[in-house]
Amino acid sequence: MSETRTSTGQAFRATLKRDLLIAYKRKNDVVNPFMFFLIVATLFPIGITPEPERLGEIAAGVLWIAALLASLLAMDSLYRADYEDGSLEQLLLSSHPLYFMVLAKNIAHWLVSGLPVVLVSPLIAYMLNLPPESYLILFVTLLLGTPILSLLGSIGVALTVGLGSRGLILAVITLPMSVPILIAGTLTVQQTLNGASLLGYLAIMGAMLLAAISLAPLASAAALRISVN
Amino acid sequence: MASSVASTNNDPNSVPTIPALLDARDLFCERDDRILFQALNFSVTEGQVLQVKGSNGSGKTTLLRILCGLNDAYRGTIRWYGRAIESQAEEFYAALLYMGHRVGVNKVLSPLENLRWTCSLQQQVDTDELMVALAEVGLRGFEESQCYTLSAGQQQRVSLARLLISNAKLWILDEPFTTLDSLGVKQLEALLRGHADEGGAVIVTTHHQLKVADLRELTLG
Repeated sequence: MSETRTSTGQAFRATLKRDLLIAYKRKNDVVNPFMFFLIVATLFPIGITPEPERLGEIAAGVLWIAALLASLLAMDSLYRADYEDGSLEQLLLSSHPLYFMVLAKNIAHWLVSGLPVVLVSPLIAYMLNLPPESYLILFVTLLLGTPILSLLGSIGVALTVGLGSRGLILAVITLPMSVPILIAGTLTVQQTLNGASLLGYLAIMGAMLLAAISLAPLASAAALRISVN
Repeated sequence: MASSVASTNNDPNSVPTIPALLDARDLFCERDDRILFQALNFSVTEGQVLQVKGSNGSGKTTLLRILCGLNDAYRGTIRWYGRAIESQAEEFYAALLYMGHRVGVNKVLSPLENLRWTCSLQQQVDTDELMVALAEVGLRGFEESQCYTLSAGQQQRVSLARLLISNAKLWILDEPFTTLDSLGVKQLEALLRGHADEGGAVIVTTHHQLKVADLRELTLG
């Protein structure tokens, strides 16, 4: 009867579909980080200055930090429910490589928590008076950068999912790992204002994304095995 | 092999002619400086049901998790068809069905969606097959309800429906009877018997007196 066994691709799709379905049924988990992103970004003009020139200078950094914090807030829901109800054990015991199962969960998670932030970023950029020539590049850097944040965050969540009180430990693990992406993202956006060639900067971000896709799920998978043990 | 009591056996020369489905030799496990079990030997062959017994905290769940590879804090060897599991992990996991304390049922998904996902980690399934299995475990009419509206016993039944669909050769079930009503208990016992008759093997922990022919017992602690 082994001819009815699923291929890894089918198991990957089933996991992706399941996680998207869960996100659709638990809209809070999707909407809260998104609202958090909008609110954090709006606090800066109130707290610092409403002057358009000065806002424009910090806009890229504000957007990136808000996206980073929103991603962190959304991370906790990635494996928690699965750990508590035993679905994670089923995932670990499937005959398919855990790498692909973790990748499917990460992709589903980014689609519902990262992508909305990327899509709304030009609107926030307009509010923060980012120079119009930077809109496109900001959008592209966030599109390349937020998946990296999700993939790195997944490692932290996988390590801490078995702990009773997670709280700040997740931020302490994840935020330092995110600093290189923050630097690359904001630097790329600032270079548009200096008129420098951007291909090199974008290539670095692309390389970071590829490295994260190929390595981070391996680390997450190993961390999940430790957490369940 | 007709003995119905524990096959604890320290003689290394007593290798059966057909390699056992799952064979554990000299297992040792320690937790918090307390030895849960040591020099534990047992095997299951096709068509056998092995009931693991023992008082609370005697390491039944730990033993099952060790057998599945979810826990690696042990010493000893576990062989699948005579070969180490690490050398054939894919075949082993394709032939394994594990049901733990936590039944693996997501609360916001419906029984149908839960069952579809867990089954498609192992094998291809179509909706009709899933609906039939859910009806058979007594969840007709609940297929599309969200699982948090179901009782603990009904959630357990969602998980039991996997047994009807799965092609897995080895079932490892941890306390599958706890939340079931008397009818559910009878149904599950029939499932275990049927699986053994078809040449499968079952390792199960329960305090319940199993009504299964040729039952083997392993007592811990």
